[in-house]
Amino acid sequence: MKRHVIESVLVLLTGATLGLGMYTFVYAKGYSYLSNNPAACANCHVMGEYYGAWMKGPHRNAATCNDCHTPHDLVGKYVTKASNGFAHSLAFTLGGFPDAIAIKDRSRRVTENACRNCHGSIVDAIEGSHSRELSCIRCHADAGHM
Amino acid sequence: MNERSWTTKQLALWTSVAAAGAIGVTALLVSIFEHKQEARNPFYRVVELTDDTEDPAVWGKNFPMQYDLYLRTVDMERTLYGGSEAMPHSPTAADPRTVVARSKLEEDPRLKEMWAGYAFSKDYRERRGHAYMLDDQTFTERQQAAKQPGTCLNCHASMYVVYKRLGGGDLTKGFENINRMSYFEARKYAQHPVACIDCHEPKTMALRITRPAFMEGMRALKAGEGIANYDVNASATRQEMRSFVCGQCHVEYYFAGPEKRLTFPWNKGRKVDQIVAYYDEIKFKDWVHGETGAPMLKAQHPEFELWSQGIHARSGVSCADCHMPYVREGAVKISDHHVRSPLLNINRACQTCHRWPEEELKSRVEEIQTRFHDLRNVAMDALVDLIEEIKGAKAAGAGDAELDPARDYQRKASFYIDFVISENSMGFHADGECLRVLGDAIDLCRRGQLALRSKSPAMRTSLERQH
Repeated sequence: MKRHVIESVLVLLTGATLGLGMYTFVYAKGYSYLSNNPAACANCHVMGEYYGAWMKGPHRNAATCNDCHTPHDLVGKYVTKASNGFAHSLAFTLGGFPDAIAIKDRSRRVTENACRNCHGSIVDAIEGSHSRELSCIRCHADAGHM
Repeated sequence: MNERSWTTKQLALWTSVAAAGAIGVTALLVSIFEHKQEARNPFYRVVELTDDTEDPAVWGKNFPMQYDLYLRTVDMERTLYGGSEAMPHSPTAADPRTVVARSKLEEDPRLKEMWAGYAFSKDYRERRGHAYMLDDQTFTERQQAAKQPGTCLNCHASMYVVYKRLGGGDLTKGFENINRMSYFEARKYAQHPVACIDCHEPKTMALRITRPAFMEGMRALKAGEGIANYDVNASATRQEMRSFVCGQCHVEYYFAGPEKRLTFPWNKGRKVDQIVAYYDEIKFKDWVHGETGAPMLKAQHPEFELWSQGIHARSGVSCADCHMPYVREGAVKISDHHVRSPLLNINRACQTCHRWPEEELKSRVEEIQTRFHDLRNVAMDALVDLIEEIKGAKAAGAGDAELDPARDYQRKASFYIDFVISENSMGFHADGECLRVLGDAIDLCRRGQLALRSKSPAMRTSLERQH
């Protein structure tokens, strides 16, 4: 009898957690993060100004957020989305991050690779034998957005 | 139900885990909800603000985040060259302050010789935050050294509503009335340090100019540039306003005529040479030097003028971009009303544009400031040498005919140096221009000394060259 009551509570609690979780997922537009739509990245207000700058920038018709900020293979893309998504959600929920956000080294490498994905031939011609010593975004910092 | 039945311990554990999960998900849900609400509601209008609401605390009811930041200008924190820690002060009848800023006169006694015979040689301290502007002016020893006019309050108190009231609705008339009063007569009308209404229009929060002296100064400046009848409130862009509201006070000025009208000397332009040329033309002097008898000029705090000569102004960067950068409060972005040195706020002030580590940016700024600081010392030595030499010639019986050319060089050199050292950026607002001004000032001191020895300087270059 006692055990039966406790098991019912457990089932209810688990169900409530799952239900709340699903509701939160929909409410926070969690499904949109699986897409390629740049507006999804601006769901959280921190990215608003970068999204705005991208819309006014030179790459708006050529590349979306994912084209430059995630790897171009399927697994790498979703692993990057998951790890960045988790880190961003954690930071935005708990706070304590700088207002002018800065890219991490791993993400910078992703972006550098993405530049070469489209502009490979011209970058090869510039780099020649230097091979990967040059950074595209050091000079072209505002190619995607300010 | 289950073949393998759970122990009580396991059940309790899993119940706790499920409960913790539910708590976590609910907390996340509420956090997301709050962020969404923040993004939707920039402010709640809880009081009606009118064009006569002077008290910033009332504005603060509608804009609590901006108000909280504004109140923080009481902070006293120094940088390598600027600001001051809170220094204890024994209250006296004339000066009840318990905390003041460091004395610049004690730090560099050459300033006393530079300003001999003028009130600034009695008391001159490091700047403090906006919160202190009214107290620091009311209680400075300069008030005892000389009788100050009501004009001073233009920039040390919230004056928009006062001007309007004293002018019967006419801002300029109220401004003129205050200028004509003595400082302590006018002081009775002032309630607050600079407040919301001095920069913001109460219905739309748009920036606007409230100081007649700036309206007139900009009209004179634009007329010199070939634009007639410039009306700053009608013609300035939003981005220009983000500097102009600061330029109402952070400028060079003088009091014109017996009516002590606050005037910005920009008819010929905002460079130090153009300002001296203007003062020479109207034969203006702030005081007569106590030791040499030279007709002197005192520079105030020409941040707006020197900023206009720097690379940031040229790139369209306003005062507010660095001194009031955007700050995020939850999902809302507001401008930081805790006005302060960008060096105390490098991430928001600099890194929005300059993507370099904080330490790197700080050392770049400090390098510029150290170069300036070192050359400033050389120029101060040169000025003191000139003053000593004029004093010596005077003591030896030289007359005005012999002394006047050297006195004129002293007047100019002193103003050039004052212009860049009284300015609050230690040379940063326009690094090249500030070093150029110091270089010219050192040359003026040299010419002054040569004039006393009846020698002409080598004229390989002309001082009247176009800068």
